[in-house]
Amino acid sequence: MRPFIRLTGIAAALPIANVDTDMILSAAFLKTVSRTGLGRGLFHALRFDADGRERPGFVLNRPPWREARILITLDNFGCGSSREHAPWALLDFGISCIIAPSFADIFHGNCFKNGMLPIRLPRGDIDRLMAEAERPETAGMTVDLESRTIVHAGGTLSFDPDPQRRERLLGGVDDIALALRFEAAIDGYEERVATEAQWLADPGLGRMV
Amino acid sequence: MTPRTLYRKVWDAHAIAPLGGDEWLLYIDRHLLYEVTSPQAFDGLREAGRRVRRPDLTFAVADHNVPTENRAGGLAAIRDPQSHLQVATLERNAAEFGLPYAALAGPRHGIVHVVGPELGLTLPGATIVCGDSHTSTHGAFGALAFGIGTSEAEHVLATQTLPQRRSKTMLIRIDGRLGAGVTAKDVILAIIGRIGTAGATGHVIEYAGEAISAMDMAGRMTLCNMAIEAGARAGMIAPDDTAFAWLEGRPCAPQGEAFAHAVAHWRALASDPGAPHDREITIDAAAIAPMVTWGTSPEAVVTIAGAVPDPAAEADPARRAQIERMLAYMGLAPGQPLAGLAIDAVFVGSCTNSRIEDLRAAAAIARGRHVADGVRALVVPGSAAVKRQAESEGLDRIFRAAGFDWRDAGCSMCLGLNPDRLASGERCASTSNRNFEGRQGPGGRTHLVSPAMAAAAAIAGRLVDVREMA
Repeated sequence: MRPFIRLTGIAAALPIANVDTDMILSAAFLKTVSRTGLGRGLFHALRFDADGRERPGFVLNRPPWREARILITLDNFGCGSSREHAPWALLDFGISCIIAPSFADIFHGNCFKNGMLPIRLPRGDIDRLMAEAERPETAGMTVDLESRTIVHAGGTLSFDPDPQRRERLLGGVDDIALALRFEAAIDGYEERVATEAQWLADPGLGRMV
Repeated sequence: MTPRTLYRKVWDAHAIAPLGGDEWLLYIDRHLLYEVTSPQAFDGLREAGRRVRRPDLTFAVADHNVPTENRAGGLAAIRDPQSHLQVATLERNAAEFGLPYAALAGPRHGIVHVVGPELGLTLPGATIVCGDSHTSTHGAFGALAFGIGTSEAEHVLATQTLPQRRSKTMLIRIDGRLGAGVTAKDVILAIIGRIGTAGATGHVIEYAGEAISAMDMAGRMTLCNMAIEAGARAGMIAPDDTAFAWLEGRPCAPQGEAFAHAVAHWRALASDPGAPHDREITIDAAAIAPMVTWGTSPEAVVTIAGAVPDPAAEADPARRAQIERMLAYMGLAPGQPLAGLAIDAVFVGSCTNSRIEDLRAAAAIARGRHVADGVRALVVPGSAAVKRQAESEGLDRIFRAAGFDWRDAGCSMCLGLNPDRLASGERCASTSNRNFEGRQGPGGRTHLVSPAMAAAAAIAGRLVDVREMA
């Protein structure tokens, strides 16, 4: 996984609560077998009209936010489907940091698997950052995971990431390689279940389908 | 010993190694896969030269993309080239990695969350994951079941584990008995209406109380299925005699003496008296009425006697703007009553409401009546087995005679990934789980309801209180 250490770029404000993963990337774009190229589908119904023309009023269609790297939004961002295509689409568009008062659990976890940083901030901070992001001259910000700070036009905010997740993002650690170090514990569970809870050990699926 | 919740017992039995902080490696007993969220996970395995650790604990079936007509035609009958590619990719990956796969035209095919329990893959006390948020369904049996992303699916394929943090728990107790015509779907919509779509974020919900004890397994699966719509990581219900009777004889459940032995173990899973929950909510079953959503979030819900809210009455500007946006999308006016609203389409199906009990409830309303002119109505069984059972009971004949389309199993019109979808502006009474913008097709307008309410809407051609038709 590629690390996330520091990100400087334009922040876009999306003042909508409960943005669901269907809104981030609708089903029509899920029919892919690849992780890349999903940026064109990002927020499709918000970005384009029924004829495929850009909606000029939508923030990501306007300069400087066409080049947005950071998204500032409201509560419960990423609710609904577990599709990792939603963070993939944001990443493919160029957005690798999302700042909101709260996130849906699965989306939040999916971000960290892709070198993306979701940041939870109190609503007051969100409102301040959003007001700055809405003006081109103050929309540039730097998110620094190492120092746990956001340097923005009006000053510096600190945030409080989970220490384990921060460390893994900074190092770009492969979670699977990490888990495979615990092979003895995995073997131990499987041996225990084979004697104590045999019904879990062998569903016999091979004989069924 | 400290009293523990059902969730805590399952967690403790599967947390096999601490990873630092409050993170643990959790062993996964069952991994379910389907065609949309798995291709990139297999690519990841190939790129890293990794194998599937436990193919025997893994099960794959294609459901989201599959057309619900001409199932006998198998893969060749999927005309959309991208859908065809996804299903063919799943078949190829299952063959390459030696995974059990339920063939499209085979007897075990169906929606993954319907087939898992049917096979007895879903068992009390198990940990179950799938790259689909409605994996919470399986919690109805006292399993800890939750949706994961594709990277996590790759992780489970390679290691049979996931790094996890323990969730908080929320007890939702439904006291008393549900009234006639009120179903599990109405209960979960009422819960989401009360706590909101982020109401249970960070929590695992445990449902309990008299109404839950009295509920059949199909209803319990509906409740747990939509726990995710309240933001919960999972929904769970302590396994009891109703669950054990449902599981006995299922092909992948233990058999004979082994089943009795397992039941003795499963009985101990129920939350201990006095086990602490982080939050507790109590709901009076008798106060729940048939529910219908009016907006584009499951929390935008009222009883069938209710009306669309007026955004002008909302003090918070963000919330006001959200309601205005929903009403514009849904083509509704402030104060408009839900009952009487004309509909164009009806969908009975999805992992929420496509089990035999759901189809019986819809058929009971459809029997001897006819779908209103101009309404297209689909009934899509959740699995090939549900379809066979329904046909053996004559439900297909009731539906067909009433003017419903009787289809093959699949996710169908729950989401716009297969040919069953709404046209822009079409209004649908749907038994599915999400009413998001465009969910059932771009521009489609979804009203979430129970199977009986959906059938009643099909007959009346408008949203109607099913209790007036029973």
